[in-house]
Amino acid sequence: MTRVRSALPLVVVILIGTLAGVGAYTFKYGEGLSYFSTDPRACKNCHVMNDQYASWSRGPHHAAARCIDCHLPHEFIPKYIAKADNGYRHSKGFTFMDFHDPIMIKPSNARTLQANCVRCHADFVHDIVRGSTTREDAVLCVHCHRGAGHGARR
Amino acid sequence: MSPETAPKRRTWMLIALGAVVAAGVFLVTGLLTSIFERKQEAKNPYVRLVEVNDETTDPAAWGVNWSRQYDDYRRTAEPTKTRFGGSETLPAEKATEFPWLTRMFAGYAFAIDYRDRRGHAYMLQDQEQTRRVTERPQPGSCLQCHTSVIPTYRRLGNGDVFKGFETLGAMSYQAAHAEVVKTGSSNPVAGSGSPKFDRKDGAHPVSCVDCHDPRSMELRVTRPGFIRGIQALASGSSPTPHLESIERWRRGSKTVPYDPNVDASRQEMRSFVCGQCHVEYYCGPKTTLFYPWNNGLRVEQIESYYDQYKFPDGHRFYDWKHAETGTEVLKAQHPEFETWSQGVHARSGVACADCHMPYKRDGAMKVSDHWVRSPALNIARACQACHPYAETELQARIDTIQSRTHELLNRAAKALTDLMDAVAAAKKGGATDATLADALALHRKAQWRVDFVAAENSMGFHAPQETARVLAEAIDYARQGEIKARQAAKK
Repeated sequence: MTRVRSALPLVVVILIGTLAGVGAYTFKYGEGLSYFSTDPRACKNCHVMNDQYASWSRGPHHAAARCIDCHLPHEFIPKYIAKADNGYRHSKGFTFMDFHDPIMIKPSNARTLQANCVRCHADFVHDIVRGSTTREDAVLCVHCHRGAGHGARR
Repeated sequence: MSPETAPKRRTWMLIALGAVVAAGVFLVTGLLTSIFERKQEAKNPYVRLVEVNDETTDPAAWGVNWSRQYDDYRRTAEPTKTRFGGSETLPAEKATEFPWLTRMFAGYAFAIDYRDRRGHAYMLQDQEQTRRVTERPQPGSCLQCHTSVIPTYRRLGNGDVFKGFETLGAMSYQAAHAEVVKTGSSNPVAGSGSPKFDRKDGAHPVSCVDCHDPRSMELRVTRPGFIRGIQALASGSSPTPHLESIERWRRGSKTVPYDPNVDASRQEMRSFVCGQCHVEYYCGPKTTLFYPWNNGLRVEQIESYYDQYKFPDGHRFYDWKHAETGTEVLKAQHPEFETWSQGVHARSGVACADCHMPYKRDGAMKVSDHWVRSPALNIARACQACHPYAETELQARIDTIQSRTHELLNRAAKALTDLMDAVAAAKKGGATDATLADALALHRKAQWRVDFVAAENSMGFHAPQETARVLAEAIDYARQGEIKARQAAKK
């Protein structure tokens, strides 16, 4: 009985160690750390965003803004909430292949995008933008400037 | 807690922990494998398990290597229906929907059998069985587009595809068909170390080898009729703003003829492969199959080429003599490529394949959907990649364009049959072909335009404004002809 009891911590350590090891390797193999970077190439790790990456690199904004500059909030906590939310949905979608194709922006992400357009271009557009720019019926910048971020689509 | 229960509980906790860790490792290794598979998919879009070559017309042999594309290709056998095209069973006679077609085709084989379309899988079978072929003599040139024919051209021309094209085209349909069956397909022998092929009898509908180079899988055009036609278009002076490579070739030295396989961009090739067959042409038998693009792709440019064209016997060009009016009329085939050329999609660089074979995802792979079909059956992938609006909204747009065209087409057909009635009445009253010459010339012009739209497979969608313009001209010419016929009757 005492022998079993003294082997217990060892067993627990081995079990948890195995899970941690496999988990850590999967994280590395899945390039998990890249998602903490600002490199646009991280967004096409899984190839689903290849078209979006290619059209961004040919679009007018590629010299001025990376993926995260337009598609994530800039404040620390909202940024990580958005990262976690999108990260969860994207991994789930890609693993189970159950997402809408072609991919389309979610309303919450569209609001983030709109806020980021205004963040840089507020000086130009403050005469045009009256009241809310993120309300349901508000006209979004990309309604007309669809090619600003992503140029030629193919 | 008694001293006996404590160790028991610890054992249970240990078992539970083991189960939790096992489940965790199970899920994490599952994820790891899934990531691994996706990475492999992205690295190797296909594995060349067997060799295929230019003589492999059997698509099943290619399907061993390119199973995703082959699976989709086979689905062209599925019956599909849109508002104005297709049907669930053997397609209905078109004259059921458009009774005026029977009068328009009076005296021509299309009056005896003319059914709605089916998928690519049926192109050969439907041609073998239509009463137009079984009851009327037809030339071998029909097979240029209804079967995987190039190896037969090569065999009959002793290596020269264009010579074989002339030879096979001059045969009867049945004799030409037998030649295609005799050529068969060079199929790879499975399991042989070095590439080894076995010839197998049989004719196949248009298959992989007709659009793809078996070495690189790159797109290519193979149909002699198309290559000559597009060369004639390039050599002419009609502007082709949607085909930049032709404009570029025209600015060059022009010492070598325009060659789509060399000069065209990949995006242009994604339309040219379809334009090999979905076009206007003359199929014989009075001369070799040709595409009438010398003066340009628009309805009146094609008409002007036909009007200036003389058959080898010196007679002016016509398809058949109309049984009611005696006019030497033209038959429009299915000018999809020409109509698309006049539309906003072509001008924006959108190719046939973008809507009819849109990209789809298969794991980490981007695959062009080889189930070639109406974009209206696949709006998400066909339209939303560029137009990010609700499917219902896009469908409503299609319906608006097509139902307007449909109404205008029926109106034009009414004008055309009224013209025929006026000619018949004048003839009854003793008017001669000489006094009716103006009316008959207008019959030819009006009918050519009505047929150009009726035979085209998009009910106006490929170029809505251009289609409306063509129908407006048709109505005008038909009513002018009606007036001329009445005037002739009074003389």
